[in-house]
Amino acid sequence: MEEVLNALARALSFGTPLLIACLGALLNERAGVVNLGVEGMMALGALASFAVAYGEAGDGNLWLAVLAAILAGGLSALLHGFVTITLQANQFVSGLALSMVGLGIAGLLGKRYEGLPLFDHPSEEPFILGAMGLALLLAFLFGATRLGLSLRSVGENPAAADLLGINVLALRYGAVVAGGALAGLAGAYLSLVYRPSWTDGMTAGLGWIAVALVIFVGWNPLRAIFGAVFFGLLYYLQFRLQGQSGIPSEVFASLPYLLVILVLALSGLRGQQGNAPEALGKPYRRGER
Amino acid sequence: MRLEPLPNPSPLRSVGVTLLALGLAFALVGGVFWAYGLSPLEAYRTMLEGTLLDPRGWQEVLRRTIPLLLIGAGLSLAFRTQFYNIGAEGQLLLGAVLAAGVALFLPLPPALSLPAMALAAALGGALWCGLAAWLKNRFYVNEILTTLMLNYVAQSLVIYLINGPWRGKDVRGYIYSDRFAEYQQLPVLLGSNVHWPTLALGIALALLLQLLLFRSTLGFRLRVVGENPGAARYLGISQSRAFLVVALITGGAAGLAGFGEIAGIHHRLIEPTQLSSGYGFTAIIVAWLARGNPALVLLTAPLMGLILAGGDVLKVSFNLPFRIVDVFSGVMLFALIGSELFLRYRLRHR
Repeated sequence: MEEVLNALARALSFGTPLLIACLGALLNERAGVVNLGVEGMMALGALASFAVAYGEAGDGNLWLAVLAAILAGGLSALLHGFVTITLQANQFVSGLALSMVGLGIAGLLGKRYEGLPLFDHPSEEPFILGAMGLALLLAFLFGATRLGLSLRSVGENPAAADLLGINVLALRYGAVVAGGALAGLAGAYLSLVYRPSWTDGMTAGLGWIAVALVIFVGWNPLRAIFGAVFFGLLYYLQFRLQGQSGIPSEVFASLPYLLVILVLALSGLRGQQGNAPEALGKPYRRGER
Repeated sequence: MRLEPLPNPSPLRSVGVTLLALGLAFALVGGVFWAYGLSPLEAYRTMLEGTLLDPRGWQEVLRRTIPLLLIGAGLSLAFRTQFYNIGAEGQLLLGAVLAAGVALFLPLPPALSLPAMALAAALGGALWCGLAAWLKNRFYVNEILTTLMLNYVAQSLVIYLINGPWRGKDVRGYIYSDRFAEYQQLPVLLGSNVHWPTLALGIALALLLQLLLFRSTLGFRLRVVGENPGAARYLGISQSRAFLVVALITGGAAGLAGFGEIAGIHHRLIEPTQLSSGYGFTAIIVAWLARGNPALVLLTAPLMGLILAGGDVLKVSFNLPFRIVDVFSGVMLFALIGSELFLRYRLRHR
């Protein structure tokens, strides 16, 4: 029993950055904009928060550190928004570029923080509870508020939304920036709480898994909780079973990625793609269909 | 000001807009140099001096160009068909794995060894990418995510092999396989690392794919699928088959790049990140710059080869992390796709 509880606790702890990033990606996808830059924005958030938390000698302000991660994620997402919403470029490619830039800049500017310790770090409970609360909040937003309805309509049928007087571009910008801010926050959790340290490449594909998770959970914020805990459990098992089963550790290391593929295939089989916002990935240009 | 559609942009406009976008990208990366505490002018000067103004630098640019040529040519075909293969890194690794397997364990007459390695490599890359196409066709899984995930799986596979069953007998502390025999190594240009047979293969592939795309029925079908899926359906052209074909071609090309790297330079299976060293991602820019023309890769691959070699120079001269290459790639990609609006539209003052 104790073992099960412990496993669940670890799964929650590891699932939290996934959940936060997944909710962010879900938010901007519901408004019709895919952002594959989650991996890069997470790396930027992780570095920004670590740099502020470290300050001069490992004694920076933790609140400011979290704020820095949110800002780093939000600002980098703004770039994606400008390129895809205003310049109407391909969303997939732009997100990819954002991932490259984010990972690159974080690796470059983070070099001087490699291997430094953080003396004081926040506990994980507020993050775990906050992420759950956020999922509930988003479910409420989409299900029961006017703003949520507008956001959804912008993602489903922007031309109709425009006719109703909804500002399509502004809402999409807002959703993209908020989604990026959450990706940055997920990065902060990694470098402040989960690890407390900074290493280049510490996001290790979590951002991509978060993007895949959005499809898996069918763009539903409540189901995202279960999806994230499920993958968290998988990571826990990976560490738990390593070295004692005789199975090479590389098998466990590649398991999450293989599982993402499996899960996406299952989503495809169930026709999950039908839940995707109708206008997902398409730039909106007034007067054009 | 407003945007006015431009049905057929002139080639001159395309070149002009592309050059402006590249200029903007270099200016932005200059800002990153500055943020790192490096004078942008100094950094660019060092990059140029260490590559184009130095005979050894030229060889480095050429060596870096080879895998970019192969992968870029394949990717330009894939992007044209709207099949977004982002997993060339993993396909390169799978190619290297199969080539190394043939070299280490298949007793072949020396004359047949290298061709068999190349064939196995192409097969490995093609299958790895074909898997993503199959998943897309059968289960509607987005190929961007699968090809990316398969990169991580391929990395784990290589680490497992060189750490376990294929671990070399003569290595201590390091992880890599045994060294290939002399006849399993590609010839190089005198005193350099430029394995010219792979270079020739890359040039041939770029030209061949250009012919395929614009002078064959298959190429016509691929273009229709990429440009107008609705019309493709109406004409009875199978989208799934088109995806599978381009997946096999681009994956195979990336696999060949892996063969070139291990048979031409490392002469053994080595640590995966060192082996693929970002070629799969950099080749995305190579292909995007070529705007769907495989032959244009002959120009754009050396440009990115220059940036990779320049990244090496910066690493040696200023101890700058090689990540700068990712910054270059990402910023160039942003500038390129952002500028495309100005190809299709022009700004008019009313």
